[in-house]
Amino acid sequence: MAEVILKVENMKKYYELSRGLLSFKKPDVVKAVDGISFELHEGEIIGLVGETGCGKTTTGRVVVRLEMPTGGNVMFKGKDITKLEGDELREFRKSVQMIFQDPYESLNPRFTIFKTLTEPLIVNGIGETYEERVDLAIKALEEAGLKPGEEYIGRYPHELSGGQRQRVAIARALIINPKFIVADEPVSMLDVSIRSGVLNLMLDLKEKYNLPIIFITHDIAVARYMSDKILVMYLGKVVEEGPTESIIFDPLHPYTRALLSAVPVPDPERKHERIPIKGDIPSPINLPPGCRFASRCVYFQKGVCDVKDPELREIKKGHFVACHFVEKILSGELKPTGEVKAQA
Amino acid sequence: MVLLSVQDLTIHYKVASGWVRAVENVSIDVDSKETLGLVGESGSGKTTLAYAITQLLPKNAYVKGGKIIYQGKDLLKLSMKDDGTLDIFNEEIRKIRWKDISMIFQAALNAFNPVYKVGDQIIEAIMAHKDIEYEDARKEVERLYEFVGIPKDRIDNYPHEYSGGMKQRAMIAMALALSPRLVLADEPTTALDVITQDRILLEIQNLQKETGISMILITHDVSVVAEVSNKVAVMYAGKIVEKGSTVEVFKHYAHPYTEGLMASFPTIVGEKRRLASIPGSPPDLVNPPKGCRFHPRCPYAKDICMEQEPPLIEISPGHFTACHFARELYGGK
Repeated sequence: MAEVILKVENMKKYYELSRGLLSFKKPDVVKAVDGISFELHEGEIIGLVGETGCGKTTTGRVVVRLEMPTGGNVMFKGKDITKLEGDELREFRKSVQMIFQDPYESLNPRFTIFKTLTEPLIVNGIGETYEERVDLAIKALEEAGLKPGEEYIGRYPHELSGGQRQRVAIARALIINPKFIVADEPVSMLDVSIRSGVLNLMLDLKEKYNLPIIFITHDIAVARYMSDKILVMYLGKVVEEGPTESIIFDPLHPYTRALLSAVPVPDPERKHERIPIKGDIPSPINLPPGCRFASRCVYFQKGVCDVKDPELREIKKGHFVACHFVEKILSGELKPTGEVKAQA
Repeated sequence: MVLLSVQDLTIHYKVASGWVRAVENVSIDVDSKETLGLVGESGSGKTTLAYAITQLLPKNAYVKGGKIIYQGKDLLKLSMKDDGTLDIFNEEIRKIRWKDISMIFQAALNAFNPVYKVGDQIIEAIMAHKDIEYEDARKEVERLYEFVGIPKDRIDNYPHEYSGGMKQRAMIAMALALSPRLVLADEPTTALDVITQDRILLEIQNLQKETGISMILITHDVSVVAEVSNKVAVMYAGKIVEKGSTVEVFKHYAHPYTEGLMASFPTIVGEKRRLASIPGSPPDLVNPPKGCRFHPRCPYAKDICMEQEPPLIEISPGHFTACHFARELYGGK
C-alpha cells in the first residue's frame, strides 16, 4: 500500500454565529464539518463531492491549515498539523499548495507571471540566484502547458485567458514541489473547451510526480474523471465513500443515488429515471439530532433516523455507507414513502 | 408553425478598440411548442442573440442587418433607429416583451430587487401589462407559485430569504406570469446544485407539456440540452456552426467544434475515456480569424479554411453545418 500522506481523523469545524454584544442566549452553531475521516495516499486523487454547504471547501481549508479545526486530528506524515509552530509550520506550508476556483481572483493583477511564480520561491528560500528562479519559473510554466515559458513570464494576468490563468495557478502550486495539493473547484469557472485540458494536465502531473490531490467539486462527472476514490458529503458528514467506479455505478446511500440520478447526461435518447428526494437542503444552523439526511429521505423511519446518527459501515469492499437501512433499501424490503412527483 | 424566425442577424458592439463582431449572419427558427437549445462558450454570442430577440441590448450594440420575425412581424422594423441601435422603450416592443416573449435571466440570484418583496415584484409585472386589480394579480401569483413549487406563504418574503433554487423558481414564475408564447432561458440552472437543476429542468419540461409554450434554452452545457431540447444550434465566435434536431446533431455531428465539445465533456455513464480538449481559446471578436473562425483551433484545418468562410450547408434533412469538410466528418468519424 502506498504511503499515507495525510490522515484526517474525526475532524470537526464548527462556526459560531455571533448574535450581537448583549445577547445572553447560546450562540447558533453551524457544524460545517462534523467528524470526517479519510486517508490520502501517495499518488492518489480523492474527490470530495457534494452540494453547496456540504463542508467540502471547509475540509479543504482545514487540511491546508487555512483554518483550525474545532476537533479531531489532521496528521501530515505522522505529525498533527494543528500543533505545528514556527519552523515546522513553515515546513508544512511548503509541503502543501492550494488551487482555487477563480483564476481571475487568485492571481494578483499587479504582479507579472514571473513575480507570481517567484514569490513562493523567495518566501520559502528556494533558488539561490535570480537566474535560478527564472529557470524554475519557466520550467513550472512549461510543466503547466504554457510553452514556451519565456513568452508568458513577463505578462500580467489580464493578458491571459481563463484557462491560461488557471495553468499559471497550477504552475505556482507546483513550483515549490508540494507533497500534496488541494484543488477547490479548479475548473468550474472555465469554459467547456478549456476545462478538459486543465483536468488532463492535473491527471498527467499526478502520474508524473505521484502527487496526491484532494479534488473538491460539485460536479460528479468531473469527480469521476479525476478521482481514484470519492467521498460524498452532505451537511458536514461523509454519507458514502468508496472507489470511484463503485460509487458511480453502484451508489448505495439514498442521497448519492438521488444525486447521481439528477446528473444530466449528454445523450438525447436516454430515458431519465429519477430517484426521489424530498425538499431542499435544510439550514445548517442548529441541526436536529439523528441522520442529517432524514428530512429529505424517502426511506425515513421514525424512531431511528431522527434519533441516531448513522455511522459509516463497510457494505462492500472499501465502500462505506452511513445509513441505518441501506441493506433493507437495497433488498427492496423498505419502500419509499411520501410524494413522488410525476416525470416529464 | 414557425413562431419566431431570426434571419441573417448581425450585431456588433462598438468598443474603444473597434467593433466586436458578436453575432454574424445568424438564422434560427423556433416553432411553437418546441425547445431550441443554443449551445456555446462564453463570448460565442448566444446571450447577445437572446437580448436581441427580447430587444434589451445595451446601448453600444448596433444591428448591422437581418430580421427578427415574430408571428409575421419584424421586430427590428419596429424598434431600430437609423444608426442601428434599438429603441428599448418602443411602445410596440414593450407590449410584446414579457407578454409574448419573456426571459429567465442568468443571474436569478441578482435579478430581483432586494428591497421589495418577491411576490410584489411579480405582481407589479402583471399589473404593468394587464388591466387587473391587485387582489387578482396576487391570486395569479399564488397560482404561479404552486405551479413552480414554492409554498404560497413565501410570497411576502424578500429575495434574501429565498434559497438559490427558490429564486430561480420565482424567476420562472415571473417569466410565465403573463402566459408568454416564447420564453428565453439564459443559463437558467448554471448557478444551482445538481438536484435543484434537475428539478427545474423537469419543471420546464412539464410546463411545456401543459402550456405548449416555446423555449430557447441558452447554455454551455451540452448535457442540459440533451435533456430538454428537441432542436439544437451550436454557436462559436458569433456564428452558428451547426444546427439540427438534438438527436441528429448529437449522434451525427459534422463540425469539428461540435465534435470537440462532445469529446471534452466528462460523463457518469459508459466507460471512462480520456477527455479531448480543444487547443487554444476562443478568438478576439474585434479581429476574428479570416476564413473559418474556428480554423486556428481546428485539428482538420487546411488551406481553404484560412481563406474561405464555410457556408452553412444542409448535410442531411434539417441538419446544417458550416464546415468545408462536413461531408467527411458527417456521422462522427
